[in-house]
Amino acid sequence: MSTYDTIVIGAGHNGLICATLLAKAGQRVLVLEASDSQGGLAASREFHPGFHASVAQSFYALPANLIKDLDLAKHGFELADSCLHTIALSPDEAPIIIGDESVSGVSADDASAYQTYRRQLKTFSAALAPFWEKTMPGIGGNSLKELLTFAHMGLKLRMLGKDDMLEFLRVASLPMRDLVDEHFKSEALKAALCWDGIVGSKLAPRSPNQAVLTLLNRMAGAHAGQHSLPAGGVAAFVSALGAAAQAAGVEIRLGTAVKQVLIEGDEDGQRCRGVVLTSGETVNAAKVVSSADPKTTFLKLVGTPYLEIEFSNRIRRLRCDGFVAKLHLALKGRPQFTGVSTPDGRIILAPSMDAIEFAFDDAKYGDSSEHPVMEILIPSLHQPDLAPAGQHVLSAQVMYVPAHPEGGWTEERRQALREKLMAVLERYAPGIGELTLGMELLTPADLETQYHVSGGHWHHAEPAIDQLLMMRPTYEAAQYRTPIEGLYLCGAGAHPGGDLSGNPGRNAAREILA
Amino acid sequence: MPPSDPYAGERLKHSHFHERQAPMNLRDAWSSWNGFKFADYYYDETYEYFCIRNTCGTYDICPMQKYMIEGPDALAMLNRMVTRDLRKLGVNRVTYVCWCTDSGRMIDDGTIFRLGEERFMLTCGSPSLAWLRKSSLGFDELSITEYTEDFAALSLQGPTSFAVLKRMGLEAVGELKPFGIMHLPFNGSSLMISRTGFTGDLGYELWIEPSQALPLWDALYSAGEDYGIHPYGEAATNMARMESAFIMPDMEFNEALKTINFEYDQTPLELNLGWLVDFKKPHFNGRAALLEQKKRGPKRMLVKLDIEGNKPADGSILYSNKRCSKEIGYVTSGMWSPAVKANIALAMVDTDALQGEIWAEVYYERELRHRHKVARCTPKDKPFWAPARARQTPPGDY
Ligand SMILES: Cc1cc2nc3c(=O)[nH]c(=O)nc-3n(C[C@H](O)[C@H](O)[C@H](O)COP(=O)(O)OP(=O)(O)OC[C@H]3O[C@@H](n4cnc5c(N)ncnc54)[C@H](O)[C@@H]3O)c2cc1C
Repeated sequence: MSTYDTIVIGAGHNGLICATLLAKAGQRVLVLEASDSQGGLAASREFHPGFHASVAQSFYALPANLIKDLDLAKHGFELADSCLHTIALSPDEAPIIIGDESVSGVSADDASAYQTYRRQLKTFSAALAPFWEKTMPGIGGNSLKELLTFAHMGLKLRMLGKDDMLEFLRVASLPMRDLVDEHFKSEALKAALCWDGIVGSKLAPRSPNQAVLTLLNRMAGAHAGQHSLPAGGVAAFVSALGAAAQAAGVEIRLGTAVKQVLIEGDEDGQRCRGVVLTSGETVNAAKVVSSADPKTTFLKLVGTPYLEIEFSNRIRRLRCDGFVAKLHLALKGRPQFTGVSTPDGRIILAPSMDAIEFAFDDAKYGDSSEHPVMEILIPSLHQPDLAPAGQHVLSAQVMYVPAHPEGGWTEERRQALREKLMAVLERYAPGIGELTLGMELLTPADLETQYHVSGGHWHHAEPAIDQLLMMRPTYEAAQYRTPIEGLYLCGAGAHPGGDLSGNPGRNAAREILA
Repeated sequence: MPPSDPYAGERLKHSHFHERQAPMNLRDAWSSWNGFKFADYYYDETYEYFCIRNTCGTYDICPMQKYMIEGPDALAMLNRMVTRDLRKLGVNRVTYVCWCTDSGRMIDDGTIFRLGEERFMLTCGSPSLAWLRKSSLGFDELSITEYTEDFAALSLQGPTSFAVLKRMGLEAVGELKPFGIMHLPFNGSSLMISRTGFTGDLGYELWIEPSQALPLWDALYSAGEDYGIHPYGEAATNMARMESAFIMPDMEFNEALKTINFEYDQTPLELNLGWLVDFKKPHFNGRAALLEQKKRGPKRMLVKLDIEGNKPADGSILYSNKRCSKEIGYVTSGMWSPAVKANIALAMVDTDALQGEIWAEVYYERELRHRHKVARCTPKDKPFWAPARARQTPPGDY
């Protein structure tokens, strides 16, 4: 029986990153993944014979320094040099093309306001950057290290200068709608700009909470939050992570689900001793790091009997239901979006902020949106091997789709949603139905069962203010350590949250090695 | 139709023994406990206190909260909740327990009755169903039933309590050891008797189905006529428990879930209940926090004080010298103890001041003239009142 220094649960990108960093520091690391492929929500799967797609479809939050630290270039992954422009479509108007510093298809006022808007957000995003790559200080903790973290973050904010700092404090909790209303006139532009603040959260443009923080978090990625897709796509990222892990000596076992975190107790208390697999096999290790979501980790794998009562109930109350579904189409040709010559950007189908808001209202009351809004990519234009020659994959994030509608996900309900989605697409890309050879619809409930993520949540747990920063996923587990000695968190449910950013995995490794 | 009562929801409930107790409440001295009409005293608190110490008395514990926790997971769930190791508790035994928040602050104390391998009854002063439900998350094979009104429960305390039961034909109770439980037939029903109580004296608690409440009362009072039986209320209970150094919520401790100010609640270690905290148990709620406190040593501790003079020191501030220049604590409850003939008190004192002198500034009044004096306090290790008869089995036939 071999033993490991550390077992990592889950070979999503965060699990792989954490494992690699630990192995690089000399640890013997084993990664256990329930699925038959690595990558978690970024894994590529064949959804129709010859057609592939991954749930996470583009990069925006990935920091450049991570790619360097892990030497991913050596393993076949580099960030794209240029970004995807965002194309905001509305049925009756010309497309709006949004880039990093400029926007076209809008009034001169809006175009110039966009430059101010981006400049300001970039300033804020830079000031906040230390938040995402650091361990949050513990509440009530007053160790020197924690005080220094606070001081450092405070200093960065102070360096904004008084006016910017006050302005930051003012906008930090604005709903996206209020933020963009201050700058722009064009409805379609505003709707598209809202998107990156709210997608993945239970938020609409009018919702107050953490939308602006999420946006600023995402902007800490390379290209200041602009989306990109390099040759090789998301698949190249995952395989490079796998290769980097293996090069560092990490052992990865796929198709191996963990049933239980093994906890040993005696007069000296409790500590984690390894894991038990669904096969019944026990694997020992001094430390276990879980990239599974917090509910799965604590309620299923650890079990509340080993935890404190108030802590367990905070985990039970975590809001983890996702509202984004994933649509994959296998197309026999390139779809034609009205007014768009080449659909090689990121297309937002949300003509106005109200369109998003009303779509949200339906889901808020338990059903899928009557008029869904979506973000579309044709990844096969960048990565031709996703589809047979000349054919294409359409990948779409669909808002808003509840995880557990009343009455459950009957085939009838699914079919109704598929038809609604095709109707929306048909309006913007006439003839797309004709091109469609096959379709995969992944509701949050499907993501939950197929990807082992509670509620199918984009971020594993809603990144609302009460579940963010030093409260992510909840206090007493917000510094990657958990109340169980030797058990750590390293997935999207830990600070700073979801997206392909690698920050939870990287921060957790640093904490474990400290 | 009678006119409807606009205050119906606000009126106090009547206990199963109310019909008998109400006429005996000569002073109409009612207050309330958990929504029940509850006697502060019936006739005179000192008289009732002397019944407890010299003859016997009955105390209504119908308003005390009772919960039945049953099922294969019941033991594990309770054992994770309370600080003691319940695996050591045999069937038909009772144990005194406390339970804490995650941070080791005491939520409440109470007793657990092991009625079967998988059947436990928890009794406590304040409603605890919400906490029990929270505590049972992840323990799927159990049920928690509110049982407060399903038992007519009466405490019978005092030296002649055994004699009274014997006269009722329940002499088998003589074999019952402290903290034991016994079931005896009564009036065609089953009477559960536990040798428990809150007076530190010989005594029992009687548990029966509500329909038998009045027959039980009548049998007790007819058997007890020559044994000085008398109902007693909250005031006499408070005196008796103070002599036995039992803690009381809202006096010695603030229930943690109801405390607003940070750390204005207490830990069991601060309350001198370290003996209730079994660190050998790998896990129980609050363990990590309590262990941390144990390592550092609690900043203050509950102590028993013998205070010179005879003026009760209730509410006094404590000082490290007679000049009262340095505060080191406060009295949580104090009284002149008739049984011990001493001026006794429970007090919270800074741990590092425990080795030095302790002085209480005592305020008192003589015919409306208010005065104060400074009295020397001596810490005591043992409860002020702990007669051998309380533990003797079979008990004496006083
Ligand atoms: C619909 C949707 C679209 C998204 N689109 C994007 C996007 O375009 N760009 C972007 O940056 N982000 C996107 N995200 C977010 C991003 O995909 C996730 O936040 C991120 O992948 C989380 O990574 P992770 O490694 O923390 O967790 P995961 O990727 O969820 O990995 C966790 C792994 O743990 C495994 N696991 C769980 N339980 C067990 C067990 N008991 N035993 C063994 N293994 C177990 C799972 O199988 C999984 O592989 C999207 C999310 C969703 C839901």
